[in-house]
Amino acid sequence: MTARVGVITFPGTLDDQDAARAVKYAGGEAVSLWHADADLRGVDAVIVPGGFSYGDYLRCGAIARFAPVMGPVIEAAAKGMPILGICNGFQILCEAGLLPGALVRNSAMHFVCRDQWLKVDNTSTAWTTRYDQGAEILIPLKSGEGGYVAEKPALDELEGEGRVVFRYAGGNPNGSLNDIAGITDARGRIVGLMPHPEHAIDALTGPSDDGLGMFFSVLDALVAA
Amino acid sequence: MARVVVDVMPKPEILDPQGQAVAKALPRLGFQGVTEVRQGKRFELEVDDDVDDETLTKIASGLLANTVIEDFTVRRVES
Amino acid sequence: MTLDTVKHAESTPDTEQPYRELGLKDDEYQRIRDILGRRPTDAELAMYSVMWSEHCSYKSSKVHLGYFGKTTTEEMRSKMLAGIGENAGVVDIGDGWAVTFKAESHNHPSYVEPYQGAATGVGGIVRDIMAMGARPLAVMDALRFGAADAPDTRRVLPGVVAGVGGYGNCLGLPNIGGEVVFDPTYIGNPLVNALCVGAMRVEDLHLAHASGTGNKVILFGARTGLDGIGGVSVLASDTFSGDETGPGRKKLPSVQVGDPFTEKVLIECCLELFQKRIVVGIQDLGGAGLSCATSELAAAGDGGMHVVLDSVPLRAKGMTPAEILSSESQERMCAVVRPSDVDAFMAVCAKWDVTATEIGEVTDTERLVITWHGEVVVDVPPRTVAHQGPVYHRPIERPADQDDLQVPASLPRPQASELRDLVVRMAGSHNLASRRWVTDQYDRYVRGGTVLAQPSDSGMIRIDEETGRGVALSLDSNGRYCKLDPYEGAKLALAEAYRNVAVSGATPVAVTNCMNFGSPEDPGVMWQFEQAVRGLADGCVELGIPVTGGNVSFYNQTGTTAILPTPVVGVLGVIDDVRRRIPTGIGAEAGETLILLGDTRDEFGGSEWAHVVHGSLSGLPPKADLAREKLLAEILRSGSRDGMVSAAHDLSEGGLAQALVEACLIGQTGARVFLDPDQDAFVQLFSESAGRVMVAVPRTEELRFTDMCSARGLPWRKLGVVDPDAGALEIQDIGTFTLDELRTAWESTLPALFD
Repeated sequence: MTARVGVITFPGTLDDQDAARAVKYAGGEAVSLWHADADLRGVDAVIVPGGFSYGDYLRCGAIARFAPVMGPVIEAAAKGMPILGICNGFQILCEAGLLPGALVRNSAMHFVCRDQWLKVDNTSTAWTTRYDQGAEILIPLKSGEGGYVAEKPALDELEGEGRVVFRYAGGNPNGSLNDIAGITDARGRIVGLMPHPEHAIDALTGPSDDGLGMFFSVLDALVAA
Repeated sequence: MARVVVDVMPKPEILDPQGQAVAKALPRLGFQGVTEVRQGKRFELEVDDDVDDETLTKIASGLLANTVIEDFTVRRVES
Repeated sequence: MTLDTVKHAESTPDTEQPYRELGLKDDEYQRIRDILGRRPTDAELAMYSVMWSEHCSYKSSKVHLGYFGKTTTEEMRSKMLAGIGENAGVVDIGDGWAVTFKAESHNHPSYVEPYQGAATGVGGIVRDIMAMGARPLAVMDALRFGAADAPDTRRVLPGVVAGVGGYGNCLGLPNIGGEVVFDPTYIGNPLVNALCVGAMRVEDLHLAHASGTGNKVILFGARTGLDGIGGVSVLASDTFSGDETGPGRKKLPSVQVGDPFTEKVLIECCLELFQKRIVVGIQDLGGAGLSCATSELAAAGDGGMHVVLDSVPLRAKGMTPAEILSSESQERMCAVVRPSDVDAFMAVCAKWDVTATEIGEVTDTERLVITWHGEVVVDVPPRTVAHQGPVYHRPIERPADQDDLQVPASLPRPQASELRDLVVRMAGSHNLASRRWVTDQYDRYVRGGTVLAQPSDSGMIRIDEETGRGVALSLDSNGRYCKLDPYEGAKLALAEAYRNVAVSGATPVAVTNCMNFGSPEDPGVMWQFEQAVRGLADGCVELGIPVTGGNVSFYNQTGTTAILPTPVVGVLGVIDDVRRRIPTGIGAEAGETLILLGDTRDEFGGSEWAHVVHGSLSGLPPKADLAREKLLAEILRSGSRDGMVSAAHDLSEGGLAQALVEACLIGQTGARVFLDPDQDAFVQLFSESAGRVMVAVPRTEELRFTDMCSARGLPWRKLGVVDPDAGALEIQDIGTFTLDELRTAWESTLPALFD
């Protein structure tokens, strides 16, 4: 049986179809999850995709974290279900307390869309086993509030435990501390990152297909489980 | 030195999507009775004593607020 | 204040009305009185004034725009499913898909409040596309600003760019291309032209018809507030400074604030409504708000409508009927729905948390009747509001100084030894430098269908994920060429947009436009306009593709100084499989041969070289040869289909030198180029002759490709080879440029100006 990966749609979510397409490209089954339903429809993993949930007017992700669907997501996360937050999804996971830290306005003060090199620093999470340690991958970054910040103890803990998953290479595009592009929870099941692996699954429509590895990785993890 | 607070708010007749988003979220979180929310900005300026009110108004209208769509108030507070 | 009802108007025929302040002329006001057989009520006056404004009624341009229809043949029309007069043109692109696209200006609002002006410009054009029943798929923007180093450009440009990006990014529409051009004439009159393209299945096309007596009229989306009251008739009218009041209210800001989140939700809501087939007719609320939506819907359907204005959900307190009817609050749509479908309609709106309210119904009375607190405040024949506005035959006169302008100034040309530096200087000049600072603020990836985007010559998106069918789009105009010769200039804009689509491997099929000009009350401006319309229409006939829609923006001038005439032309092309697209950058295959297609003549009138080096605008623009453009497009299509072309880049502003610099930098690959020893090197590098493309051809295909060109009569010359190892562009006898040097020159200009 193929693994079922849920993709949440909030009002204002934009990259849900793209995340679903990436799951399908990797051979999984993508299942739509609706923000207003406190129901994960029996999925094996969840992607919180990018966009501007509720317009991101208050703070990015601040309103989405209270959506009914987030209750079961938080419960499932506690039981070790693989969760991936991309861009706005990363912001939502931080607001929901599933990942430490927060994302702030880019240091250049405007939205940045560019093809960004990332260095893979942790290949043991549910979402990154297909990569080689230290590999450099090319993934689109597109965000206005992508600067990762955390208080010193939290940052030290992330670094000390090797929980920084991706780092920006070839220049820091948004002022993130320690060039952090993506992090994981203590168990390596929840990953959040600002760049968009779902937009790097085919060189026709993205800068590379380097992002597919994340979706293959989680399917490996689910099949092995 | 004096502390000056400049509050910048969207003009009453101008749409405020930010405030509206918060107002719509509150009932979903179980908070009833809030009929309107408007979101603005607050600036705190430390200024020398010889900076007069006229200059402060110029600062507020020329830079801090976009007077096409925003109103502002300037007040000196205890520092 | 007493309510000005129809009854009240009948009994007070002599009440003075502020029609002049609302932009109506004496004879226009008299015509309204003649139509109604009485004086209009305040609400009627608001409706007529806004609908009869230049912006809505096209009163100065109508007599000229008819030329597009007259020149469009049945054959050109064969793929058109909807054209001029609808919200947007629709074209059948095959595989059962219909594509709709349109550009619209939001110029003056973007000068007043750059961020919101540009943002709501994007929002408006996206709703036009939705109103055709299509899913919006991508946006583009053609922008014009004053001199790049002018202080006001520093205010306007960053705001406009952030607004286009802020709205489009939040809406989830990729921005796939456009233009940014600087010229001092645009100071005080920036141009913000936004284009949206959408797609639907052919059978899902929705036209704005309110047919079916008894059907319900539903207003949905944002609430109605005091946004831009009278904005259309006053802002887009002749003075820009009139008394911006509806009757009886203090001055209000004529600025609208956009809420892209509400629009995003509105899009998804509309698409679900379309998919469930519970919409009979739909109309977006644009410039003239409810006045426009109700009168146009009624005029297009069974001819009558009754609207209960009290039911319109309001955001502000104490709004008058006139204010509600002319409010320009954004993110609103109006639908006509069968009574049996109203509940289903409301359920979809509730799912998306979209406010929806039944405000009236379709009647067969041939009257648009609007009531307020039970009293009739509007009772008019809807066609007189929507379609029978005034038509002006404005005086036309070729400007007295046009002849002088067309005498080429004698401009000293560079020595051979100066050409190397000139290549670098031109690459970094304001109009030729990389637009990355702008385009990096736009999301080009969202929706996962973007195949080509800036800095490619055209933007390309995939429409059908199964078959790979897609479309390519380009927006182009050169106001300097148009100033010298508006007829030829409009043809050149068409030629360039057409060529930009063709170099991507797509087949150009349809044209839209956004005509930006000065005051129509200036006979010289009207001459420019008339010439540009004729040039564009005649060009379309030569190319055999139709104009499917357009937009006119007049009064882009400060005092007596008009902007450069700027007919922005958008061309849509179809490609049956986007995997065959031709990229702009070279280096896909090692050892490709570079070939220049077309003829290079000594043509420097209106060129960037004359502008940058001499600050001069004189002479005649390059000659447009549309038969040649057509041949080029056919060759490129064959090249794409048979895998003979691995990269292609059009030659335009800045000539061959600029095309080489861009092709190398975009492809991050060097090249070795040799010029024709029998032709002047400066002319070869910087002439802006039209009808030229540089292609990269795999060495194995070189002979087959050049044989095809020769057989079809397309002049070609081998330019050189792609050299991936060199890391430099070498132009023999001119100089060697490392990619780093070129990149620094090309990419540092805009950040230095605007960071």
